[in-house]
Amino acid sequence: MAMTTEATSTTASTLDIGKQKHARIVGAVLIALAVLVGLVFGAGSDGNAVFRLSRPTDALVLPDLSVPAMQFNYIIAGLLAFLGVRQFLRGGVRWSSLSLGIGLALVVVTFLVWATAGKAFSLTGMLQATMVRAVPIALGGLAGVLCERVAVVNIAIEGMLLAGAFTGALLGSVFGGITGLAAAVAVGGLFGFILAALVVTYRMDQIIAGVVINLFVLGLTSYVSSQVFQEYRSLNNAPVFRAIKIPLLGDIPVIGPMLFYQNIFVYGALIMVAVATYYLFHTRNGLRARAVGEHPRAADTLGIDVYRTRFIHVTLGGMVAGFGGAWFTLGSVGRFDENMTGGRGYIGLAAMIFGRWHPVGALMAALVFGFADSMQQKLALLQTPIPSEFLAMAPYIATIIVVAGFIGRARAPAADGQPYIKE
Amino acid sequence: MSEGKTDTAIQSLLKRAAPGRHEFEDLVIVPLFAIVAALVLGALTMLATSVEPATIARSYLALLQGSVGSISAISETLTAATPLILAGLGLALGFRTGLFNIGAEGQILMGGMAAVITGFSFPGLPFFVLLPLCLLSGALAGAFYAGIAGWLRAATGAHEVISTIMLNLIAYRLIDYMLRLPFVQRPGRADPISKSVPDHAALPRLLDWIDPNLRVHAGIFLALAAVYLVYWLLFRTKIGFEFRASGANPDAARFAGMRSGLIIVLAMASAGGLAGLAGSVQVLGVLERVTPGFSAGIGFDAIAVALLGRSHPVGVLFAGLLFGGLEAGGRQMQVDAGVSIDLIGIIQALIIVFIAAPLLVRAIFPWGFRKPATQQGK
Repeated sequence: MAMTTEATSTTASTLDIGKQKHARIVGAVLIALAVLVGLVFGAGSDGNAVFRLSRPTDALVLPDLSVPAMQFNYIIAGLLAFLGVRQFLRGGVRWSSLSLGIGLALVVVTFLVWATAGKAFSLTGMLQATMVRAVPIALGGLAGVLCERVAVVNIAIEGMLLAGAFTGALLGSVFGGITGLAAAVAVGGLFGFILAALVVTYRMDQIIAGVVINLFVLGLTSYVSSQVFQEYRSLNNAPVFRAIKIPLLGDIPVIGPMLFYQNIFVYGALIMVAVATYYLFHTRNGLRARAVGEHPRAADTLGIDVYRTRFIHVTLGGMVAGFGGAWFTLGSVGRFDENMTGGRGYIGLAAMIFGRWHPVGALMAALVFGFADSMQQKLALLQTPIPSEFLAMAPYIATIIVVAGFIGRARAPAADGQPYIKE
Repeated sequence: MSEGKTDTAIQSLLKRAAPGRHEFEDLVIVPLFAIVAALVLGALTMLATSVEPATIARSYLALLQGSVGSISAISETLTAATPLILAGLGLALGFRTGLFNIGAEGQILMGGMAAVITGFSFPGLPFFVLLPLCLLSGALAGAFYAGIAGWLRAATGAHEVISTIMLNLIAYRLIDYMLRLPFVQRPGRADPISKSVPDHAALPRLLDWIDPNLRVHAGIFLALAAVYLVYWLLFRTKIGFEFRASGANPDAARFAGMRSGLIIVLAMASAGGLAGLAGSVQVLGVLERVTPGFSAGIGFDAIAVALLGRSHPVGVLFAGLLFGGLEAGGRQMQVDAGVSIDLIGIIQALIIVFIAAPLLVRAIFPWGFRKPATQQGK
């Protein structure tokens, strides 16, 4: 007995030390950011940064937002330094992730102000692009949530997105957009089913299975696109779904264009996130699914078919990823290019972790990544002195920071990644 | 009698190759069936994309000829296998430590870049100083780059799969950027391409006295030495034991007093060092300069090589040779039969599926195994 208590208290104190160390690191990072903001963004900017909030043609026109760049950035640098010093000295364990989040958001704002100083910049356009670019990441994250809630790690999201994109382009070119979309969803589901078969029935290592599916899809789609699409270009020329404006709501300034003047992929993603949240946390089947992810043995004892539940959810996850994949072709450019998903599936996985295995969280995280992604695009137009390659790295660096900074607080489903062997 | 003896020797060797799976069938028959099944499915893929059966036969013939059919084919196979073996060894080291390092691609890029920069920065040094220096700087760059992911994992718990993938994507951009720096970019060129390494920094070609087009270079000896070194490190040293112990059971290793954080960083850094060496060998032996994406997917193929070799150095050697052969043969296939080399990617992926899921192979080829498939699912 005594030994157990001792062991528990030791673990607790090690955890505390770990958390304090974490808080210190966060504090140091924040102070470093404050110095960066003060020296680079504060001292380096002059003039006003003008943010356009609406287009002249909009029904409701808001005035432009004008910020005196240097003063604004110095104030923010002071705020960051305050947060950092407080974190470093007090070691506020509870607040460390929140401070880091606020700090990073502030840095992004100062960066935008610095880049825009003396120029004008359409904030609404960027938010709209943020939403659009968040879609595949959010759907990838949602697919990850569905799989990992039943304890299947899905590295194959990247491959499923790519398969969806490819199928959407091929069948969309031949039979039209709707058929292409349906086929993309079906093929995504097929790869979800294959993944489930490999890891549930054949008990293959889940990460290896995922990597293999990614390699396979990459090989297959590249092979077909160089073997067939080169020759028959009409097979790779799909119609693109246009944006649909929702009456009235679409006219709200700033939020309107972002949420209510988009194509069906954005609406689909929002609806799916809502449905998945309701399903996972407010229905009997959702509870059962989560039970399978947390304690499959107990779930099995209570009469839940663990294998069947895993098959269904991983297949559903694959379908969601297939839908997200179709965005790349049917939702944006209409044609398939080799490896066009470019790591979005992995970023989706990071969004899932960042969003703490919750659909809404994954969507929010995806918006952060979408923001970084669209910022990189828009900033290229502002001609900042930063080389474009570094701007292109921004989403990836953001992913690393997020995964490194937040994982301590997030908890995966207990049985995540383990195969279940029925007795 | 002696035959039985070698048989048991091979058996015991193979036993060590894959802890937990002591079956001869798992180590020899499964890979053989995996390759056969992958080739058959590859043929079906070609059939599905309306390639004629005669062309399919010709393409597989070209695959064979292009990999082992002549001296130049063997030279190409060895050339392609060298970086795969080196990077695969690094990944195998990571797998043994329980780290799934997908970042070999980025580490290869960084290693190659460092080797080239060292090479053209010190052209005055004699070759026996310059060449080792180039290789060393490549290995160190790879080790440092992988060490970042290792440190993140040890210090914050960030999963190495995600961080190494992100580091790969960052490495691509970083290389693009560096290739436009004035002291790296080749003078007089507008496209991103680095200066060439001086001739005496290049790895010597082994067979150019037969035919100057034979590209096999001294890197293959480096790869063989690395196989032995990794074997020695993993199975004969204390640190190697700690690597394997943390891979097999992290909790037990920690309770035995091993410093898990340090082990993770060291294992990642060694893996990255080998990948960086693969990059420098590729640059110093074959390409002689750096261009964007010169790694050409070697880092991802190396994952397959490490898995196929069951993360054992000797297994990695053979798997690397097989994949090198597929690569070299695939090029021949593309030229002779007009079938895209991307088909090789499909075949490689299928081979790993079957290798990594022995139950699947047993289900497809039930007659190939002594025990019925139903008894395997313990």
